[in-house]
Amino acid sequence: MEFLSYLISGISLGSVYAIIALGYTMVYGIAKMLNFAHGDVIMVGGYISFCGMSYLGLPTVLSVLLAMAVCTVLGVVIEGLAYKPLRAAPSLAVLITAIGVSYFLQNAALLIWGASGKVYSPVIPVTNAAGEPNALRLFGGSLSISYISLLTMAACIVIMIGLTFFTSRTKLGKAMRACSEDKGAAQLMGINVNATISTTFAIGSALAAIAGVLLCSFNPTLTPTTGSMPGIKAFTAAVFGGIGSIPGAFLGGVLLGVIESMAQAYVSTNLANSIVFAVLIVTLLVKPAGLLGRYVPEKV
Amino acid sequence: MAPILKVDGINVYYGSIHAIKGVSFEVNQGEIVTLIGANGAGKSTTLNTISGLLRSRTGSVTFLDQDLGKVPAHKVVSRGLALVPEGRRIFLQMTVQENLEMGAYTQGGKQLEEDLDQVYQQFPRLKERYKQIAGTLSGGEQQMLAMGRALMSHPQLLMLDEPSMGLAPILVEQIFQIIQNLHEAGSTILLVEQNAQAALSVADRGYVLETGRIVTSGTGKDLLESPAIKKAYLGG
Repeated sequence: MEFLSYLISGISLGSVYAIIALGYTMVYGIAKMLNFAHGDVIMVGGYISFCGMSYLGLPTVLSVLLAMAVCTVLGVVIEGLAYKPLRAAPSLAVLITAIGVSYFLQNAALLIWGASGKVYSPVIPVTNAAGEPNALRLFGGSLSISYISLLTMAACIVIMIGLTFFTSRTKLGKAMRACSEDKGAAQLMGINVNATISTTFAIGSALAAIAGVLLCSFNPTLTPTTGSMPGIKAFTAAVFGGIGSIPGAFLGGVLLGVIESMAQAYVSTNLANSIVFAVLIVTLLVKPAGLLGRYVPEKV
Repeated sequence: MAPILKVDGINVYYGSIHAIKGVSFEVNQGEIVTLIGANGAGKSTTLNTISGLLRSRTGSVTFLDQDLGKVPAHKVVSRGLALVPEGRRIFLQMTVQENLEMGAYTQGGKQLEEDLDQVYQQFPRLKERYKQIAGTLSGGEQQMLAMGRALMSHPQLLMLDEPSMGLAPILVEQIFQIIQNLHEAGSTILLVEQNAQAALSVADRGYVLETGRIVTSGTGKDLLESPAIKKAYLGG
């Protein structure tokens, strides 16, 4: 039973990583750049929903929607101001810019909200009005799964299925895949590559806002660096699963969460992160393209 | 016969390299016009400039009486100009049908089914494999897919960049047969080829490019018989 409960907490933590990783992987797949500021967009999403709930007194759902709207605009603005002018620049220049944007967002948050942590009240409170845990109890109470965990897992699955449907069935989604493969050829088809990249950033940033809300519900102290570590781990998850692949990001995120949770439970809390990254290194030695990444041979 | 495409004095640079030096030519409605020349003569650069992927510093590209000089590449196809790029550049990880759908991206989806049927009629091999990932097709099939994809946009002018590159002789013959079929069906084609023999034998007119300049032009037949061309491009 103990094992099961660690497993479930790993899966729900992993679901948050997976949602972040989906944003990383979509942007990487289409713009071929690593948006290191993605983790900080999560932090902004956390703060905006915090402000919505605490200062504006908005209901939870509205605060989450507000955070999504702000992050979507933020993502598009970042792309337009910082990355778009560098479309023809070497990828290293774009990478450095992304790191710059990341620090900019962190410091802007520091300026606006201060260095001390804000206490974030989870979107589903831990206990209900009667003081009982808000959790699903199984096996006569020996296994309890909090509603927030269930919500996180459900959100992750819905987002994954939605994105898969979007990229495989809709015209815009297919155009994104076309851009991801060959921007020149996509333009010859009449696809506006810049608009497609902006759309991708919009989707990725909206997902980051959702991830921010869920992350803060697990980890209720919100600081300007809240997004950094989960951002890096989600990037790891995306690479682990095969960057550019949507099911890969999902699988990578969930596995990473489970490994982290198991390492914390059975090995050592301090070593958990080292174990996570060690697993990544070993996986990449065996499968350089990640678990679900693949190379398609090109015929000439 | 008014020209539908008029290229006038274009100069294209790659950084400091002057790749196209004042090239001018035109294509009339219903013609097959070919640009031939050796590697690096500037044939592909010319086509990429017409389709907006590259820009000329001077001169103009006029298509159906409209200047294409400032039109972004993704808006060129909806004006009726389609390029089948060098090396085919189909979307290898997408299915055959998805590739064709991308070709119809600007068409608004009104008659997608009809257009697909028409391409499948033209290329029955693609119909057999419509669900297959394009990267698994053979080179010849990929070329057919690239041509079918371009036809999905109902081009007024179809530009083909080295359609025979890397194909076995029997497939080269097939591709040129398809080009002739398209021509007979009324398509106007601008064909860039290294295979001068094959290109000139289907073309109404041809231009010979050498290091960024047009050195000779004439009807396909005249060029085929010209001793200078024979010596330079047709192996004596």
